[in-house]
Amino acid sequence: MKIRDIVKTLGLQVISGAEFLETEVTGGYAGDLLSDVLANSEEGYVWITLQIHHNIIAVASSKELSGIIIVNDRKPEEETLKKAEEEKIPVMISHLLTYEVAGKLYEMGIK
Amino acid sequence: MKWESNDMKEYKADMHIHTCLSPCAELEMSPRNVIKEAKKKGLDIIGICDHNSAENFSAFERSASSEGIKAIGGIEITSREEVHILGLFGCDKDLFSMQETVYSSLDGVNDEERYGLQVVVNEDDEVLGYNNKLLIGATALSVEEVVDLIHSLNGIAIASHVDREGFSIITQLGFIPEGLELDALEIMEPALRNTINPGADCVFITSSDAHVINDIGKRYSCFFMKESTFEEICKCFCKENGREVII
Repeated sequence: MKIRDIVKTLGLQVISGAEFLETEVTGGYAGDLLSDVLANSEEGYVWITLQIHHNIIAVASSKELSGIIIVNDRKPEEETLKKAEEEKIPVMISHLLTYEVAGKLYEMGIK
Repeated sequence: MKWESNDMKEYKADMHIHTCLSPCAELEMSPRNVIKEAKKKGLDIIGICDHNSAENFSAFERSASSEGIKAIGGIEITSREEVHILGLFGCDKDLFSMQETVYSSLDGVNDEERYGLQVVVNEDDEVLGYNNKLLIGATALSVEEVVDLIHSLNGIAIASHVDREGFSIITQLGFIPEGLELDALEIMEPALRNTINPGADCVFITSSDAHVINDIGKRYSCFFMKESTFEEICKCFCKENGREVII
């Protein structure tokens, strides 16, 4: 499963890192406390969050996550997008809420 | 007393005290009770920092000054990332200007039964009214915007209780964002300060974050400086000419 497949199935809006959608997704994690995501996510996971602060990019980069899905149509800060481009992290927006996105990813076989 | 040299000395300061205006604080946190306890604990300076509001500051300031205690006006602002940032200000104009900005970016109405009363008082412990804003809520301001606004009003910006689980910048954002110009970090376990933000040259304070009377002054910082004014406190945070914050 690649990030591209998730974008297509969930109809996500890709707002950065469009050229890095071929990354393999190894699992998923949902969380808004960045300290928790740092502690418990693993390489290749796609991360679902409502945080839009630019620290999300540093977290995704240091944990080598495959991408970030921002829920509830929240728009990231400009600084977040800038850092996402620098760190080559795909950032996507969904109009769905965390629970729904997680459910759909699970249905897609990301477990 | 650790130091007493030149014309400087240590002032005992608890810069983070809530009042009965904070929904999570006890009703007993009235001006007379708080100032009496501050006096009993030997505090020279207190910071009045309610959640997202400063409406009780003037009453506490009057009550404090009658007992020879310096009260500094502050607000514990909740950013949209749910990070608590203390803004401390040197004059009413700056303090209430900050309050206005906070109010304009804070949605919701308080539910007194669920979250608690938000009591506005005068210096004689008389109830003037109840604030109906959702003071326990988060503003729409990012941490960067909060810190910039505090500085634009000549205030001091301190990240609250960085070593706690709840509402701390480190729990919420994983680490302190690069380039965020905090003047200090508030820590509840001073012994752990070397584990927080290692490698960076930070000023630390410790304070009680009191919500009940007994907690006032249970942690405090010492400002080594010339006199108990906001200007001198600012100089302590900048370590100007030998001034310092001792925890």
